[in-house]
Amino acid sequence: MRLDVIVRVTTKFFLPFMLLFALYVQLHGDFGPGGGFQAGVITAATVILYAIIFGLAPTMRLVPPIVVESMVPLGVLIFLGVGVAGFVTGDNYLNYSHLAHDQVHGQELGVMLVEAGVLVTVCGTMIAIFYTFADRGRS
Amino acid sequence: MVLLTLMAAVTVGIIRVRNLFAVVVLSSIYSFLMASVMIVLDAVDVAMTEASVGAGISTVLMLGTLYLTKTSETVPVHTPALPLFVALGTGVALVYGTFGLPPFGAADTPLHTHVGASYLANSVAETGIPNIVTSVLASYRGYDTLGETTVIFTAGIGVLLLLKRLARASRNG
Amino acid sequence: MSQVAELLPLYNYWITIFLMISGLYIVVARGNMVKKLVGLSLFQTSVYLLYLSPGKILGGTPPIIAEGFEVYSAPLPHVLILTAIVVGVATLALGLALIVRINEAFGTIEEDELFDRDDDDA
Repeated sequence: MRLDVIVRVTTKFFLPFMLLFALYVQLHGDFGPGGGFQAGVITAATVILYAIIFGLAPTMRLVPPIVVESMVPLGVLIFLGVGVAGFVTGDNYLNYSHLAHDQVHGQELGVMLVEAGVLVTVCGTMIAIFYTFADRGRS
Repeated sequence: MVLLTLMAAVTVGIIRVRNLFAVVVLSSIYSFLMASVMIVLDAVDVAMTEASVGAGISTVLMLGTLYLTKTSETVPVHTPALPLFVALGTGVALVYGTFGLPPFGAADTPLHTHVGASYLANSVAETGIPNIVTSVLASYRGYDTLGETTVIFTAGIGVLLLLKRLARASRNG
Repeated sequence: MSQVAELLPLYNYWITIFLMISGLYIVVARGNMVKKLVGLSLFQTSVYLLYLSPGKILGGTPPIIAEGFEVYSAPLPHVLILTAIVVGVATLALGLALIVRINEAFGTIEEDELFDRDDDDA
């Protein structure tokens, strides 16, 4: 029996709950502590934990490096896009007031899109940096 | 506050210990204690970020670096007299500065009365978001968050440029 | 005795300053680059404490508007420090990547050995 059986089984239990918690933190950032940065880091930590326990090659099959590296600029583009939508529909860059039918809903929609963009960039960057560090030592 | 004294003790440990693996673990403990102090100071968003980023990602990256380099520090050859004097002199000047600060926990300092009070009063009416930190971060000060996301993006691109191995290229490093 | 009672609220500022000068001492006095980066992050976190401490109101709550609470701690420093933490980890990642490349190019990460090698080559 391999020595890490206990760790592998317990981690398999944990991982879905960590992802669920990251989703909760992201979507409830308006009503409690949370938001894009925390949720992005928790999602990246889930993938990194999977890589530590099960090895780097299975993780790279599950979350390919190409996907991770394209997530990094995608979040910045989402953020910039919301800003451009601000001045296409209203008066200033990054002004969310006219994105929906009244100001409060427009602000909430803008904040949700912006936090999603931050989540994508932070998660992608953390996983990409981990992949790069781990890959360097495998030569 | 007991937590702050514990943090000072961990810091003395980080200075004295020469095994780098132990230094990384001590710095992870330090980040965890810092997150607890931040909760006591009512900064819950910041505490969550510091706990996940400081005790999580930072520790993993430093352990990865130790795996790629070596794990203990050599004995310092220079005497620490001049750096100690510089550090202590700066400390004395800063302590002299703290005597001019307002008392801890007061509610009428300029920090609480000018812009902060207007954010607290108008946030739910204008944006409908009860968490003031999120509404200030994403709506009132959205430009700063855009700059911050760009900084994270730049750091990711920088690390990829420095360390990524291309599968087909030669091993020039 | 009353002077001690006056100085007690300043205790957490003094601990913050102690953390700051120990971070500064590590950066200046130690030659190992990983330890220098740890000292730098120590310095940065003590600056976060310096920003957050004046924002707290004794008897207040975290700045999330809810029924039944009136006094909230100041939200502006929280926003600044949130950005600062994430920028800090970004610079840490870049610094560690540079250390790995320096180690591959020169074989050492101690500053003294690098200077000796530079003096030998020059």
